[in-house]
Amino acid sequence: MKNEGLIYRISGPVVTAIDMKAAMYDVVRVGTEGLMGEVIELHGDKAVIQVYEDTSGIRPGEVVVNTGETLSVSLGPGLLTQIYDGIQRPLPTLEKEMGVFLTRGVDADAFDLEKIWTFEPQVSVGDTVVGGQVVGHVQETDTIVHKIMVVPGKGGVVKSIESGDFNVTQTICTFEDGSEMQMMQEWPVRTPRPYQQKYPPVIPLVTGMRILDFLFPLAKGGAAGIPGPFGSGKTVTQQSLAKYSDAQLVVYIGCGERGNEMTEVLDEFPHLIDPNTGKPLMERTVMIANTSNMPVAAREASVYTGITIAEYYRDMGYDVALMADSTSRWAEAMREISSRLEEMPGEEGYPAYLSTRIAEFYERAGRVETLNGEDGSITVIGAVSPPGGDISEPVSQGTLRIVKVFWGLDAGLARQRHFPAINWLNSYSLYPQSLDQWFRDNIAPDFPEIRVELSGLLQIESELQEIVQLVGSDALPVDQQLTLEVARMIREYFLQQNGFHDVDAYCDINLQYKMAKAILAFQESAKSAMASGAQLGDVVNVPSRSDLMRGRLNKGYIDTIDDMVKTMLDEIAATVEEN
Amino acid sequence: MTGKEYRTITDVKGPLVFLNKTEPVAFGEIVSLRLSNGTIKNGQVLDTSDDLVIVQVFEGTAKIDRESGVTFMGDVFKLPVSTDLIGRILDGAGRPRDGGPDIVAEESSDIIGAAINPYSRRSPHDFIQTGISAIDCCTSLVRGQKLPIFSASGLPHNDIALQIARQAKLTASDEEFIVVFCAMGITAEEYNFFRADLERTGALESAVLFVNLADDPAVERIITPRLALTAAEYLAFEKDYHVLVIYTDMTNYCDALRQIGAAREEVPGRRGYPGYMYTDLAMLYERAGLVKGKKGSITQFPILTMPGDDITHPIPDLSGYITEGQIVISRELHQAGIYPPINVLPSLSRLMGSCIGEKTTREDHKSVSDQMYAAYAQGRELRGLVAIVGEDALNERDKQLLEFSGVFEDKFLRQSRYEDRSIGETLDLCWTLMAGIDTKYLVRLDQKWIDKYHPDNRE
Repeated sequence: MKNEGLIYRISGPVVTAIDMKAAMYDVVRVGTEGLMGEVIELHGDKAVIQVYEDTSGIRPGEVVVNTGETLSVSLGPGLLTQIYDGIQRPLPTLEKEMGVFLTRGVDADAFDLEKIWTFEPQVSVGDTVVGGQVVGHVQETDTIVHKIMVVPGKGGVVKSIESGDFNVTQTICTFEDGSEMQMMQEWPVRTPRPYQQKYPPVIPLVTGMRILDFLFPLAKGGAAGIPGPFGSGKTVTQQSLAKYSDAQLVVYIGCGERGNEMTEVLDEFPHLIDPNTGKPLMERTVMIANTSNMPVAAREASVYTGITIAEYYRDMGYDVALMADSTSRWAEAMREISSRLEEMPGEEGYPAYLSTRIAEFYERAGRVETLNGEDGSITVIGAVSPPGGDISEPVSQGTLRIVKVFWGLDAGLARQRHFPAINWLNSYSLYPQSLDQWFRDNIAPDFPEIRVELSGLLQIESELQEIVQLVGSDALPVDQQLTLEVARMIREYFLQQNGFHDVDAYCDINLQYKMAKAILAFQESAKSAMASGAQLGDVVNVPSRSDLMRGRLNKGYIDTIDDMVKTMLDEIAATVEEN
Repeated sequence: MTGKEYRTITDVKGPLVFLNKTEPVAFGEIVSLRLSNGTIKNGQVLDTSDDLVIVQVFEGTAKIDRESGVTFMGDVFKLPVSTDLIGRILDGAGRPRDGGPDIVAEESSDIIGAAINPYSRRSPHDFIQTGISAIDCCTSLVRGQKLPIFSASGLPHNDIALQIARQAKLTASDEEFIVVFCAMGITAEEYNFFRADLERTGALESAVLFVNLADDPAVERIITPRLALTAAEYLAFEKDYHVLVIYTDMTNYCDALRQIGAAREEVPGRRGYPGYMYTDLAMLYERAGLVKGKKGSITQFPILTMPGDDITHPIPDLSGYITEGQIVISRELHQAGIYPPINVLPSLSRLMGSCIGEKTTREDHKSVSDQMYAAYAQGRELRGLVAIVGEDALNERDKQLLEFSGVFEDKFLRQSRYEDRSIGETLDLCWTLMAGIDTKYLVRLDQKWIDKYHPDNRE
């Protein structure tokens, strides 16, 4: 057997080659145009290949060449600000090569191999370095220092290393054993990059979205699933997270989604400023866009490409957030390939290994001690698009079994234009326990208690609503009517947040706390005013309360809120005297 | 490669023909079948290997036998395109249906169409005024968007599509649309209705029609929308036209897809539809938009009928995940005698944010639209409550919201088939109707817009 074979069969994205020496997951070049593919099954002398490009016009008998490599990504300075397709070809380069429509058979380097970077060594001649160790720094963007690391499993005694200007393929360091290293390295996407150990997640990923940070917090290194029917705001939520969360780096995977949405992100991100560093958002972002009409096999690969890049930056000691929108499209790509392979299906036509693959993917999240002793994390946030919004389907269930945070989007809320349409009754986060200490230390000692009070009020509201449905709200005792009013304030003032509003889109965590306290202050003063004879109608209608509520749309709210609350409390107290 | 005729058919099953012992045949290659009675049928290669080739026959497999001759044409399916297409009526496979001459090709385009590089797209932001208040205010349409109509049997989706085609215009410029109309499995009566309307308004002269009717071969429907979109892409991206593609009915298209999947004995997904239907639909819907360096645009209006009015059925469900929103037609409103019976609550335009506001429509548009939505949603919810407890049990706020929901349907939604409201008229109407609610309950309106536009403050 040799490294070259012939095409035997073509069925959509699946091609069978014969007479070729092949191992599982070898990357091959298919046909005279050299389309990229990957071996996914072996049958005697036949190798089954999934092809990352359109196969129309390819004929049996054309040549297939095995490269002997596995599907890998190129890692090195230049990744940031890039936008790739599912197999790490930069889309701007493809535009140059092919025009606005994606044709096929074009190879492109993942980043500019000629670009000169200034390399600053961090080790000296004679030092012994091991895999994962940092040998030098490169300032990749204004905010991110790119740490050049020895490929895991390699290393040795440094024979020469110099500071200076290099491109990514030039040798920057040589070892006593004669081996050399460059700034660029390759890593197979389906193999997780190694680390020393996983830590428990104890620091929250602060997102600036009130319902998420306050009620259902996500830890750095955690994993969250956002399932929801179409139109419930998955993509908007994902994009808000990409814009405002306090991760140092963001990898955004548009997996089988809309072209115009990716364009929106591409147009918007270069102009947006990261609220945490004040620098353009693009400088901390790597984007992967494999839209729904791009080849399905590349869609399958896109999530692996993304998470491998995320792991690489994690290994430098960064907190990376990875958004995958949508993992259902990834699962569907697996289903499509699986059905072409005529595999025995599991549930709903998905392959039997679906839940294993989902679990393996999310397990690449985590807060770790890296090989070089740094503390780095990957937080994975996966959107799920369940058919008909019914989360009993396999992808949602496979995801929920593994993630610790569930942000359930709700079509009913979306219909009322309550955004983010995250259902506060069925969503959950299993992290509060491990994160509470951080909130106590960094925001306020009673932060966890305030959270419990707010969610308690929302629970009571849902029970009261059932009664209201039967008898109307006027039939309730006034204290319960007040509870409903407070809960309404939580919903309209606190939980609702306009992701497109220039002020409201991002809410500082300290401000979130003040807003929550304001609601509880209202409740308390209203209760005591009513105990002294004030009317419910007067109490809830004090004009300063709607000023307070509208105020959140104004800049500098964090400085004015305390005074506004004070005015409200005074006005409420005054309602007693009116009577 | 062309020319050699094979007589090696082994099996014929549903729309598929299986044959063996051929020279290497390309995946996706066009096939011509010659029957013993001389009839010619066309098909396309779905699966190819050294031993076996599977061909999908567009015109149905009736009368095909093992003696039929099969010729491979050496190329994938292409549509001859030129500006001569404008004003023509073609059948579902792209042959003239209007008795006119064949299209003289300026070039031939592969009908599968290549994906647009997401990096090469331009963001759509030109507001299209349809003259229908419900759409303009609540689910604003943008040039380059794909916005389907989710309807069901017996509802006036065709009237709405035609009204949009008639009235659609840009507020920012006077550029006009040309219509590419694609019929898939609709009845001759529906087709005549569309055609007569386009003819009456003079739009037919600047339209291209691809027509596959209910009694035309079902499998042909797989290629009909691809032909229409290929023509649209040519007109938009080679000839700078702004194209509005209306295709109806996507449900028939999906059923044809299922038919082929079943004949190939594929593992089915939900309700028997193939597992790759999402990708397949995406390859149609995603052929909308604007691209860098080209003036033209493609805006898509697919119409689909939801079987059993079920929005969770795979066809509307998968469509909704790809398209940039949806306009949902409601049977309840239709039966209440309201035209257009658009239920704005589940309707949505994802690109709305990019096309409304001070520069394109009006500064208060977003605020007004949010408030109209929220008030109507709450009012509708209260109807259920009133049925149980009676209107007297409601508090003042709820009474006002309840009343508003009625006015919303009667005054805002309802308009005639030929009533063309400008966006300014629509927004003023919104303010007039919202004045029925006490301002303190209108929490989504910015105070500055209340000061400027509320009827109390204007007179």
